[in-house]
Amino acid sequence: MTGIPETASWREMGLKDKEYELIKERLGREPNYTELGMFAVLWSEHCAYKHSKHLLRTLPTKGARVLVGPGENAGVVDIGDNLACAFKIESHNHPSAVEPYQGAATGIGGIVRDILAMGARPVVLLDSLRFGPPDDPRSRFLFGGVVSGIAGYGNCLGIPTVGGEVFFARPYALNPLVNVFCGGIMKHEDLHKGQAYGVGNVVMVVGHSTGRDGIHGCTFASDVLDEDSESKRPNVQVGDPFMEKLLIEACLEMMARGAVVGIQDMGAAGITSSCAETAARAGTGLVIDVGKVPMREEGMNAYEVMLSESQERMLLIVSPQKVHEVKSIGAKWGLNVAEIGRVTDSGKLQVFHDGVEEASIPVSLLAMGSPEYTPEAREPEYLRETRELDSGSVRAPEFPEMKDILLKLLGSPNIASKEPIFRQYDHMVRTDTVEGPGQGAAVVRVKGTKKGLVFTTDCNGRLVYLNPKGGAAWAVTEAALNVAVTGAKPLAITNCLNFGSPENPEIYWQLKEAVQGMAEACQALDTPVTGGNVSLYNETEGEAVYPTPIVGMLGLCEDIEKRITPGFKRSGDVVAVLGKVWGDTRSLSGSEYLEVVHGMVAGDPREPDLNLARGIIEVLTEGARDGLFGSAQDLSEGGLLVALAESCIHAEDGATGCVVSPKALGCGGREDVRADAMLFGESNTAVVVSFPEDVDEQVAALCRRHGVPLSVIGRVDESVVAVETCGGQRVLEVPIAEIAGAYARGLETALKR
Amino acid sequence: MRFGVVVFPGSNCDTDAYHAIKDVAGVQCEHVWHTTTDLSGFDAIVLPGGFSYGDYLRCGALARFSPVMESLYGFVEKGRLVIGICNGFQVLLEAGLLPGAMLANDVLEFRCQWVNLKVENNKTPFTLLYDPGEVIRFPIAHGEGNYYAEPDVLDELERTGRVVLRYVDGSGRPTREANPNGAARNIAGIINEKGNVLGLMPHPERCAESILGGEDGRRVFLSMIKSLESGALASR
Repeated sequence: MTGIPETASWREMGLKDKEYELIKERLGREPNYTELGMFAVLWSEHCAYKHSKHLLRTLPTKGARVLVGPGENAGVVDIGDNLACAFKIESHNHPSAVEPYQGAATGIGGIVRDILAMGARPVVLLDSLRFGPPDDPRSRFLFGGVVSGIAGYGNCLGIPTVGGEVFFARPYALNPLVNVFCGGIMKHEDLHKGQAYGVGNVVMVVGHSTGRDGIHGCTFASDVLDEDSESKRPNVQVGDPFMEKLLIEACLEMMARGAVVGIQDMGAAGITSSCAETAARAGTGLVIDVGKVPMREEGMNAYEVMLSESQERMLLIVSPQKVHEVKSIGAKWGLNVAEIGRVTDSGKLQVFHDGVEEASIPVSLLAMGSPEYTPEAREPEYLRETRELDSGSVRAPEFPEMKDILLKLLGSPNIASKEPIFRQYDHMVRTDTVEGPGQGAAVVRVKGTKKGLVFTTDCNGRLVYLNPKGGAAWAVTEAALNVAVTGAKPLAITNCLNFGSPENPEIYWQLKEAVQGMAEACQALDTPVTGGNVSLYNETEGEAVYPTPIVGMLGLCEDIEKRITPGFKRSGDVVAVLGKVWGDTRSLSGSEYLEVVHGMVAGDPREPDLNLARGIIEVLTEGARDGLFGSAQDLSEGGLLVALAESCIHAEDGATGCVVSPKALGCGGREDVRADAMLFGESNTAVVVSFPEDVDEQVAALCRRHGVPLSVIGRVDESVVAVETCGGQRVLEVPIAEIAGAYARGLETALKR
Repeated sequence: MRFGVVVFPGSNCDTDAYHAIKDVAGVQCEHVWHTTTDLSGFDAIVLPGGFSYGDYLRCGALARFSPVMESLYGFVEKGRLVIGICNGFQVLLEAGLLPGAMLANDVLEFRCQWVNLKVENNKTPFTLLYDPGEVIRFPIAHGEGNYYAEPDVLDELERTGRVVLRYVDGSGRPTREANPNGAARNIAGIINEKGNVLGLMPHPERCAESILGGEDGRRVFLSMIKSLESGALASR
């Protein structure tokens, strides 16, 4: 590569030398500066998925209910009654690492516009957040900023934040993860797409004016963070939720009037990506005059206008007869609406400024021409060490210690109540939130039907770190069980793959394994992937985040009145486990117990038993239909005893305790079983349920039919969580008041420490 | 009988109020665009919650200059009913239709949660279906609900029974812990002198159906309907 100057502008823009050569070759000439900038943003990892595209192709994407799969602004799934749900998750990690408030706020703005672009009204938000330990000052700053950014932007929009999760661990200290999920509802006929059809149709931009903010934001999001990252603060955009609210209403009105041929969010890479993608999908071209774009700053050139990531803007493709109507609706809502170009049959994106052609690039080359990389994958060294976990390496506590362990786990920020966070979010607006934040999944009614939509986000990065394939399969399985414990059927997922640099063979191996695990689980559980996002380069000075493939899942509850909730309902009800609790040393792998109590992140977590999970889902959905279950709660962080404690915390008055004897789990005779693993072990494919004694035959028959082991372990009774041995000796008893207190105060205590 | 729910740019509880009035309480209801100047066809007007004009200045400070507000003064003058919920309450304060002002919550954070309220005055068109002193549960969702007024204004409100709702604990005591935002004297809702304009921070429209976790809020709308049926309509 001789002759390329050290200060080559494409390098500063994030393009590699060979990518620049490829651009020259395919274009048949040197690109000019504006064109180079356009390539740099669209060929960035963030926009082009250069390292992940071939892996993503292995994910199952088809299903009877899938109306729109990956490739559009968001996936769309049929929910019956001529209604559909558009949903997607997306990351805003890099901006949030340097400017947490605006990073998180504009993350919400972007995902909401993606849902809007499908023609749906956005109706729910969920946030999947990862931070360093709460006693670390930097993590605390990022946490505070992100949470207030979500509140500041989301509350103003009138879209309830109904759920999500937060997980704290050291590897996220410098690279927080901020993944935001939005779901929307529409009638089938309201479906819109980001496609620039119809030569002669008008290209319009609606919403905020364009400024110099966020130029090269997506290039920034495609690189590792370093000591210079602070200087990238100007790459972060500034959000205006009021403008977004007006934009939502105006666009929905324009679409309802049939005035919109195609619509696309101007997110990453702004006008460049929205123009190139809409034209590429339709096989057309566009001619744009940047001088017609409403600008908020003087003297912006074509390069700046094309690359600006100013927020709250949408690109519209409108037939000439409807331009007037679109303008008048925009005026009603006080928004800028401008004609900036036309659809052509040139197959090119042509950009003019003051009559001068500033760029002319084939849209297919811009939007789909980036190279794909399959880098070297190598099993990480660390796994050799972490996989070593034998019974001797973890001291087995005596029963008297178990009380403190349970309280410690309930108070651990990863398990404790997240109310200090979600009380800052409006989770009730729209008056459809039937089961809100604080539970495994949120249940939202669909007015005018009996149905409920169920939403959850899940991923335990610690498990993925220790076993990328199994951990990713767990993310899908846990999401599916979280949906199923409400009595709903899991329908489909969206994913956000958060990893370090794919150019590191060990990280790439994590990514590859995780995608495989996710694919297998989605296949087995019949939950296709309808879209999502990949966020790589989440690392600072060689320290990467835990591999974190977050799953956002949609489920459907046919009769919302028959939903199941996590809290015990009646004293005397039978408490039982559906599925299998291993109770051996291996089940301590990657557990919260192992880290919080023994200070270890180790082990080789088992993969989920996908057949069993499928059976459990059938049992729960059928059982819900027949009204068998009083409560259901899946086993995740903290294992069986924490799941039981949570069913007590969420219980109806008078049903707040339980007495269990785990001998009934059928592991009594096995040598490798240990009490701490039985009570706190994880990676069990299992759910705790309660039901009235008079339906126990029905429940047993249902479980037999689906091949699901059913173990009655105790009763809803007293106001303690108590464990008894085979001989009936009570070895552990924790009053509910202490359980509830530890759970309620855990997060705030950790943040004040 | 016709209710109108005003839609300011940035209102976001407008459809919730509409649903509670039309689908739950079962009376006619329409959205009223903020530029409307003729309210003569309405018997009651709701100023809904949300973030009018983004609340970038002071909550409600811009909305009060909307054309619809001009007509609202006359509407109030005629004795018709106006209820301002959350942001709507803030607009009523800015418009001078109710006394006092809102400060940021003393916790300096937005709060979305259920609260207990005591019905301090059930002899209003908005509360006549509640028992005197009844403790009810409503959700709140605001960042600036810390009601403030000069002590003499507060005394006057108390003396004239114009404190309609107060934040209380489960047994009806107005404790510090039961006050979610630092509001003076735990005030959650007040009424004007004439008794036809109510402002409250909690959201009755969010608790009008049992599936949402409580239905104490429905009686606010049913009280308004009952009071309109029994007289106010005649003065139209």
